[in-house]
Amino acid sequence: MSNLEDLAALMRAARHGDDEAYRRLLVRVAAWLRGIARRGLAAAGRPRDDSEDVVQETLLAMHLKRDTWDESQPIEPWLRAIARHKLVDHLRRRGFTDHVDIEVYADVLQAPATGEEGGTLDAARLLATLTARQRDIVSGISLEGRTAREVAVRLGMSEGAVRVALHRALKALSVVYRGDQNED
Amino acid sequence: MKTDQLVSALVADRAVTRSPLHRVLVFGTFAGILVSLAMFAIEFGLRVDLASAVATWRFDVKLALVALAIAAAFAACLSMARPLPSQRWKPFVFVAVAAAATAVAVELLALPRHEWTMRLVGANALVCLTAIPLFALAPLFALLFVLRRAAPWSPPRAGAAAGALAWAVASAIYAFHCFDDSPLFVLVWYPMAAIPVVATGYIVGSRLLRW
Repeated sequence: MSNLEDLAALMRAARHGDDEAYRRLLVRVAAWLRGIARRGLAAAGRPRDDSEDVVQETLLAMHLKRDTWDESQPIEPWLRAIARHKLVDHLRRRGFTDHVDIEVYADVLQAPATGEEGGTLDAARLLATLTARQRDIVSGISLEGRTAREVAVRLGMSEGAVRVALHRALKALSVVYRGDQNED
Repeated sequence: MKTDQLVSALVADRAVTRSPLHRVLVFGTFAGILVSLAMFAIEFGLRVDLASAVATWRFDVKLALVALAIAAAFAACLSMARPLPSQRWKPFVFVAVAAAATAVAVELLALPRHEWTMRLVGANALVCLTAIPLFALAPLFALLFVLRRAAPWSPPRAGAAAGALAWAVASAIYAFHCFDDSPLFVLVWYPMAAIPVVATGYIVGSRLLRW
């Protein structure tokens, strides 16, 4: 089964505006990352509790940096490189400096690790770092499951403005994921 | 926060369309060049003998070398901007270095031995060492700014590559002012002017380009 080609196809479809393809891609990548994060943290002797934080931080990075994937190249090494970067970064912030060999953990992309899927950074704490408007938008879309258009109507904004604000909020969140862990 | 909830937010954000990396880099370079060209027009200006210079092989070789440097630095910048280490820029650098070596060899054969030092020292070494870093400043910061959208596997190296590209375009501008066209001059002083630019890119990049 050509699972990897699938991911590349999903990303291409997403680039051409297919929301459902992008959601499927993110869910599959998250499951794959979960396995990597748990084994990576375990190998480094770190508690697995924060593995979902690594998953989310990596997912967010992959999303914000998605145009650095060159369509002429396979997508899997690109995903692995981002995951490695984030895992190493995560461990380094916790004073773990040894080499992390992600290839060991990243063998099977299709092996989904199930289980708890919540980060230790709870939603309220994450959202508290955003502006009121950003908070309304992110919680409307992610916690309440509304569409950008519904949120726009409710807040009396244009859909475009909602998307711009959402994008800024996600960039701010990616800083929070990093910054929050700096203090540990 | 649950990962599924995060996924919903990411999917909703997907609609913001973005241009590919190479276009962003070109845009950043040109934005910086505009500022440098303004400096060039105000403080430096074209060399007076430009029309006759174009007819000499030394001037043409100088432009060709600068063009190769731009191509190599652009390729390096693009490779460094991605999370996956890539060697695709190395052949460009190899071609540029080979061309430079050839130009030096030809010049050494063309000139009588006693003229070598004179051509190498030239008349504009100090101007060259000041003007090129000056012209590189705006392109460097424009490039570092647009590279924040990238995901460099090594932020300091991406910064250094941005420095190299800024230096190369600055050299192209400066080449139209300076009348020291000998490859001996060009290949000693122009690279010397790269050192502060690349070093600045390396240092600033290591902070600014982290992700």
